[in-house]
Amino acid sequence: MNDKIAYLEEKARELRTTILTMIHAAGSGHPGGSLSAADYVTVLYYDEMHIDPQNPKMEDRDRFILSKGHSCPVLYSVLAQKGYYDYEIIHTLRKFGSILQGHPDMNKVPGVDMTTGSLGQGLSVGAGMAIGLKSTNNSARVFVSLGDGEINEGQVWEAACTASKYKLDNLVAIVDFNGIQNDSFTKDIMPMDNIADKWKSFGWEVMVCDGHDISDLVKTFEEMKAFRHAGRPICIVANTIKGKGVSFMEHVPMWHGVAPNKEEFTQALSEINGGDCNV
Amino acid sequence: MCKIQKEHVKTSRGYDPQPTRQAYGDVLLEMGAERDDFFVIDCDIAKSMKTMAFAEKYPQRHINVGIAEQNAAGVGAGLATLGYKAIVSTYAVFGSMRMLEQIRTSACYPNLNVKVCCSHGGLTPASDGVTHQAIEDMGIYRTVPNIAVMMPADYNATKAMMRALMDYDGPCYIRFTRDSMPNFYEENEEFVIGKGKVLREGRDITIIANGDLLHEAIKATEELIENGVDVELIDMHTIKPLDEELVLKTLAKTGKIITVEDHNILNGLGSAVADILATQGNGIMRKVGLKDCFAESGPYHDLLHKYEMDACYIIKMARELL
Repeated sequence: MNDKIAYLEEKARELRTTILTMIHAAGSGHPGGSLSAADYVTVLYYDEMHIDPQNPKMEDRDRFILSKGHSCPVLYSVLAQKGYYDYEIIHTLRKFGSILQGHPDMNKVPGVDMTTGSLGQGLSVGAGMAIGLKSTNNSARVFVSLGDGEINEGQVWEAACTASKYKLDNLVAIVDFNGIQNDSFTKDIMPMDNIADKWKSFGWEVMVCDGHDISDLVKTFEEMKAFRHAGRPICIVANTIKGKGVSFMEHVPMWHGVAPNKEEFTQALSEINGGDCNV
Repeated sequence: MCKIQKEHVKTSRGYDPQPTRQAYGDVLLEMGAERDDFFVIDCDIAKSMKTMAFAEKYPQRHINVGIAEQNAAGVGAGLATLGYKAIVSTYAVFGSMRMLEQIRTSACYPNLNVKVCCSHGGLTPASDGVTHQAIEDMGIYRTVPNIAVMMPADYNATKAMMRALMDYDGPCYIRFTRDSMPNFYEENEEFVIGKGKVLREGRDITIIANGDLLHEAIKATEELIENGVDVELIDMHTIKPLDEELVLKTLAKTGKIITVEDHNILNGLGSAVADILATQGNGIMRKVGLKDCFAESGPYHDLLHKYEMDACYIIKMARELL
C-alpha cells in the first residue's frame, strides 16, 4: 500500500511538471485549477479508472469529463504521460495546428471523452452517458470533474436532479473545491457554502476528502465502491488548493489563468521536484 | 383585392388537417418498433410534443428531465457519445434559444448525433402569443456550423423528414407546427435533407417556400396560374445545407424569386437564398416573412394576413416582380 501511495505521489509530481511545462510553452492557459486537480486526476488515471491508453474508445472504459475544461493542461498531461499520444506534443498546447486546443476537443485528442470548456455543461453530458451505459448494462462509470466556481451555473443543478431521478450510481461528480474562481475568491464572488449538504439535498451520496492527500483520495475511491449499486449518484467534494505545489501560486486568484514566465517556471519546477530541477 | 379564401386549398389530398407535431409523435412511435438506437428526451411538454405515446410504450428509451432544457441538450450529447441518436424534444423558442449554447458547444462542435426536434415553429402557436412564437430559431441555427436546419410542410412530409433525419450523420434542427396544417404530400413521398422539391415547373417566376407557409405559397401559385403566370414552385424544406444547385437552376430559368417563410425575414430561408443570388446568381428577389418585428396573439390566418405573410401578399410581391 505504501509503495502504491509513493508511486502515485511521484506520478502527481510528474503531472505537475508536465502541466507547468505545457502552459509555459504555450504562454497562456490555466495553471491554478490544473494544479488543484492534479492529485485526484493522478489517482483516477493511475489507479481507479478502467482504461486502456492503447484502446481509447474501448466500450467498457470508464469515462472522464473535465467539465471545468479550462483546466485541460491536467487532462492533456495525464493522457500524454499515459501514452495516449506522443509526449512531445505537450509543447504545442494552444498553438496553430495542435491537437491540444485551448479547451478540450474530443475529436482531436485520443482519450478525451467529451468536448468541454463552456462551464456548467459537463454534468448533463455525464448524466446522459450514465443513462446510456446503464441501458446496455455496460459496467463503465462516468467521472465528471466540476469546478467550485462552475457550480454557480444553474445547469449543474438541473443535471444533479436528473442524475438523482434516474438513480445514476455509475456517475461520480468530483467538485474541485479550491475556493477561487475567475474574478476572485468564491466566498466573495458567489459563495457555495455547505457544499456537501447541497449535494445531499439533491439526493446524492456525498463524500468529502483532502484533494491533495493521495492516501485519502485512494481511500475515498475505495469506500465509494460500497455505493456502486446503491441507486444514488456520488459526489466527492475534494478540498483543494488552487495552484497547489507552487508556493507563489497557492491561494492566489491571479494564477487562475496566467502562464508563468521563465523565472517563475524555473522556480515552480524547482519547488515541485524538491529543489531538483531536471527539466 | 385578393380573392383567396382562407381555408381553400385545391391541392389538399383530402386528409384531415393536422399539426405536424402529431406526425412527429406518430413517427417516433413507428420508429420505436423498428429500431432501438435512439432516445427521446422531453422537457415536461411530452403531452404537447405528442411524444407521450412513445414514452408509455418505450419507457426505457424515454427520458423526461423536467423543465430543464439546457440539461436536456447535455443529456442528449452524452447519449450521442455512446452512439445513440438523441432526440431532444421541446418548443422552438426554447430549443433554439434556451439551449442554444449547449447544442452549439456540446453537440455541434463535437458533431454529435443530437436531433433538436421542436414544435411551435413560427407563428403557428398563434394564440399563445410572442413568448411561444419562434421567429428567430432557424436563422440562429443557420449560423452554427455542422447542424442541418429544416421545416417540413405537412403530416407526411414531417414523418418522412424525421426518418431522413434519423439516418443523417450529425446534429439536426427540425421544427413543427403547433396548429393544424392541410395535407399536401402523399404517404411515402421521399425527402432528402438538403435537396429541395420542385412542386411545379414554370418559366415566369419562382416561389421558394417551406413549412406551414408552403400552403400559402400553393394558394398563391394557383391564383397566379389562373391569371396566366407560369409559376415555378419549390419546397425548400432544408435551409441548411441549402440546395444551391436548385436555386441556381431556377434562377437561370425565371430570374425572379420570392421566398416565403414563417420566420423573421432576417437570416432564414430568404437570406439563405439571397446569399446564393448575391454571390453566384443573377436575378431579383423578394422575401416574404415576418418583417423583423414581434407578432401577437390571434387566429393563425389573421396573423398571417396582418403581418403580410399570406397568399395575398405573395401575389402582391409577384406582381411587383413580373
